[in-house]
Amino acid sequence: MRKKVTAMRQTKRSSKATSRRQFVSGALGAMIAGTASLGFPGTVRAKTTVRIGLVHPVTGFLAFSGSQCRAGGLMAIEEINATGGIHSMGGAELEAVLGDAQSKPDIGASEVEKMNEVGVAAIVGAYASSIGLATTQRAARHGIPHVVDVCVSDAIVERGLQNTFRFGPGYGTVARTAVDNLVKINDAAGRPAKTVMIIHEDSLFGTGTARLLSSALPDASFDLVDVIRHPNPTRDFNNIVLKIRARKPDIIIPANYYNEYILLARTMSQYNVRPMAIYSVLGGTASSFKFLKEFPRTAQFIMDCNHWYDPGHPAALALRRKAEQRGLYFTYELFLSYCATKLLADAIERAGTADREAIIEALESSDWSDHFMPYGPTRFVNGQNQGARPLNTQILEGDIKVIHPAEYATADPVFPIPATVQGNA
Amino acid sequence: MKSMPAIALFTLLMLPLPWLMQSDYLLNFIIMVLFYAFLGQAWNVLGGYGGQFSFGHAAFFGTGAYTASILQVSFGINPWVGFVIAGLGGGGMGLIVGFLSFRFGLKGAYFALITLAFAEVLRILASTVDFTGAGVGILVPLQQTAANFQFADKTGYYLVALALVALGLTITARLENSRFGARLIAVRENEDAARALGINAFETKLKAIALSGAMAGLAGAFYTQYFLYLDPAIAYGPSVSVEALLVPIIGGIGTLLGPLLGSVVLHSISEIAQHLTSSAPGVNLVIYGAIMVLMVLFLPSGLWGLVERIRRKAGGGS
Amino acid sequence: MLELELFIPATINGLTTGAVYAVIALGLTLIYGVLHIINFAHGSLLMLAMYGVFFLHTLFGIDPYLAIPIMVPVMFVLGYGLQRGVISRASHGKDENVLLVTLGLAIVIDNLALYLWSSDTRIIDTPYAFATIEIGPVLISTPKVIALVAAVVISVLFWLLMTRTDLGKAIRAVAKEKMGAELVGINVNHVYAMSFGLGIACLGVAACLLLPTFYVTPQVGFAFVLIAFTVVVLGGMGSFMGALWGGLIIGVTESLGGLYLGESLGQIGIFVLFILVLLFRPTGLMGQRS
Repeated sequence: MRKKVTAMRQTKRSSKATSRRQFVSGALGAMIAGTASLGFPGTVRAKTTVRIGLVHPVTGFLAFSGSQCRAGGLMAIEEINATGGIHSMGGAELEAVLGDAQSKPDIGASEVEKMNEVGVAAIVGAYASSIGLATTQRAARHGIPHVVDVCVSDAIVERGLQNTFRFGPGYGTVARTAVDNLVKINDAAGRPAKTVMIIHEDSLFGTGTARLLSSALPDASFDLVDVIRHPNPTRDFNNIVLKIRARKPDIIIPANYYNEYILLARTMSQYNVRPMAIYSVLGGTASSFKFLKEFPRTAQFIMDCNHWYDPGHPAALALRRKAEQRGLYFTYELFLSYCATKLLADAIERAGTADREAIIEALESSDWSDHFMPYGPTRFVNGQNQGARPLNTQILEGDIKVIHPAEYATADPVFPIPATVQGNA
Repeated sequence: MKSMPAIALFTLLMLPLPWLMQSDYLLNFIIMVLFYAFLGQAWNVLGGYGGQFSFGHAAFFGTGAYTASILQVSFGINPWVGFVIAGLGGGGMGLIVGFLSFRFGLKGAYFALITLAFAEVLRILASTVDFTGAGVGILVPLQQTAANFQFADKTGYYLVALALVALGLTITARLENSRFGARLIAVRENEDAARALGINAFETKLKAIALSGAMAGLAGAFYTQYFLYLDPAIAYGPSVSVEALLVPIIGGIGTLLGPLLGSVVLHSISEIAQHLTSSAPGVNLVIYGAIMVLMVLFLPSGLWGLVERIRRKAGGGS
Repeated sequence: MLELELFIPATINGLTTGAVYAVIALGLTLIYGVLHIINFAHGSLLMLAMYGVFFLHTLFGIDPYLAIPIMVPVMFVLGYGLQRGVISRASHGKDENVLLVTLGLAIVIDNLALYLWSSDTRIIDTPYAFATIEIGPVLISTPKVIALVAAVVISVLFWLLMTRTDLGKAIRAVAKEKMGAELVGINVNHVYAMSFGLGIACLGVAACLLLPTFYVTPQVGFAFVLIAFTVVVLGGMGSFMGALWGGLIIGVTESLGGLYLGESLGQIGIFVLFILVLLFRPTGLMGQRS
């Protein structure tokens, strides 16, 4: 179908002598293209546009995160178009083709199929690891370059797929960094914490993170007293919190999605469970402005080791202001997806074409550094950006501060949580 | 058996479709229609001809899907071989469910409920046990060769789906004309009377559920090869069970062409509705459910029953 | 060792959850006892009621417990209408048709909710949501205690309705002997619809009791329908006391299952129990022989 569109454009530039024949074939081409694209989002335009597919779970239990990702991607596209589009393609504009994975991997894959039909040059997505595995695989079938925005599972970049590129870190890197930083924070406070308990959700992200932490923590001389898994969704955390209360771990490490995180945190308040620290790994919720706004007292002192931006970078602060002006929370889903889309745009700019293979090559050789993440210049090895890493944050004084590493820190960690502070809900 | 040449003709006519069709999207649509038709045919054997309504056919579908995926991912067994074994797996699960249910005399709504419960038990087990990938599911690695039952372009899948539907039609046609089929229908109409006639109702029903389960298992294996991703909700969740019964009921329960007709009509309506309402989730199922309710109220014999009625009116005159 | 000291709190937690299951099952068992139909739409209607309570709270600020007097009549009317308008016409003499029509309704309701309100999880926040009551070493969640008390009250009210009022007598007459009831001049269709309506009205109460500590998504209908059926089958189709006991037993099974087998696998206890009861004692603990 893409070929027909290109043929149409070439038709217009041809000489007058055979113009009538070409007009007819052009019209036929338009009719065929029109019928074949019946009901699809996006119509064939006169100006050159480069279609970018954005596939995220905007409905289903991941709806909030998926919507945030989509918003980030759209904001990036908007900015690029506002500053002249893809200059190397004569100012071609980026056009978003939106897909809803409905929080299910197979639907995500179907969306990729639809995007392929309308001729997207590349895809950005899909927030959740399980969905991302399916979308990248399906995109690979059609040779579509796929930039992964969040999807932390290491399997994403370990399958040897040529088309897959991840800008942010995988959970292997995050887990190792998390444990290292926990050790440093603990040491700095005189090593008060010895026991740890992990509470994780049972799909790809939670299980994978828990597994990595389970092996890394004992090596760092922590005593892992229990690992509790729960399904998505879980409606009642009573039993789990009872177990936590009975085992009295010094540190609790949650790895779950927003709703369960809230229920867990509030149930812990309800039962007066007060560990030395709640140390989230890839918690998301724990470094979420939405969480902070909705549950300020529960959120206090919670730490996270997660995707975060360089807090001193003006572009980050500008984007944050813009997002908040639109009534959006500036969460990691938004800024990671924004960066992933900009990375893609940079690659298209350097490739100078919407050809999928050329874009893949451009991504492979990318050294993009015009971003506000603490990653340094981009460098892909087997689809993974080597400089990608998480930062440690803590919710202090009603704001999310970076506490580690020192070069980005905006506050000192408060650890252990002061016993005198009474917090609930 | 006059159906056989008709089935052969149908298959032959449908064969060249992929080469005539330009749109990948439409081909995908037709593959899905065929897939659901086959799943519906599986259900129809037990529910339509046997009169035992299963509300948990996902139990057999999912078993087939997991068998197919685990065999190739964990044991490196060729997917075509795995495909056949998946059918056996589905049939085996059918035997287990059938044996327990029928041995204890469960019928009607009780049977429907217990099949539902079995599907749920399997779903929970699948999401807890590492063997099935637990909540994470199973991702089949991309390796697009025909020998590996993965096709780079959809034609291969189309041919397999068509073959499955032809198989389903053949099985159903032979069922209609065999003594086993006659026994099954007798059991459906009046189990006690059938027993009085000397029919072993238990054995008959058991065979039916095994056959039905085996077909559903094959459908599950096809799904695995087409989508390359499986998790407990997809394999054993209620949506598969619902689709499995909607298609034959709406098309015409206990008829040869019912499932195929049902699948074509339902999915066509669904696609049109999705385009009109911009692919909002849930719309297609709302329409299916509404059609089902209307069917039960006004067209108890399904679409095929309607076709028959029109035929009779047209051919019979007054 | 650990599990032992958690046994009592988990059991109490299970009893409070089970009490709400009992209220749900009460309606279902009434519908079966009188109309002899298995209402597959029960869970979906509960889900609808829960959305009702959610929107009453979010849009109008009405507290879930105070919403009971609103939800009960609304759900009653809905149930009455469904039975009179749709379900009663579906039978055509075959039981399967009623099965299918309630299933069809369930599919429509579940997916209509999905389309209208999307799959996003909806939670409400009430000031007492995370309050607790201390009884010795045990902490119980306040809303759950309220639910337990309410469930008992509803059961008693139900029992009074069935035994002391004319409607109740008419319902019992129709349930026992439909022909005879008709001959005596009872409008059977009306009684059927009233029974269905009452059964669905119970869901209105259950929704109000659940929402403070639960959440609602379009998919909860399916989960609840299975639990409701397990309770009814366990207690005995048509038995109110059975529904109450069944609910409590299932609630405790679920809670202890979660404690000992983990939250994911723990759910299996309910369905295994369901299968065992269906196989070995389909009339349930207190059911009448059909």
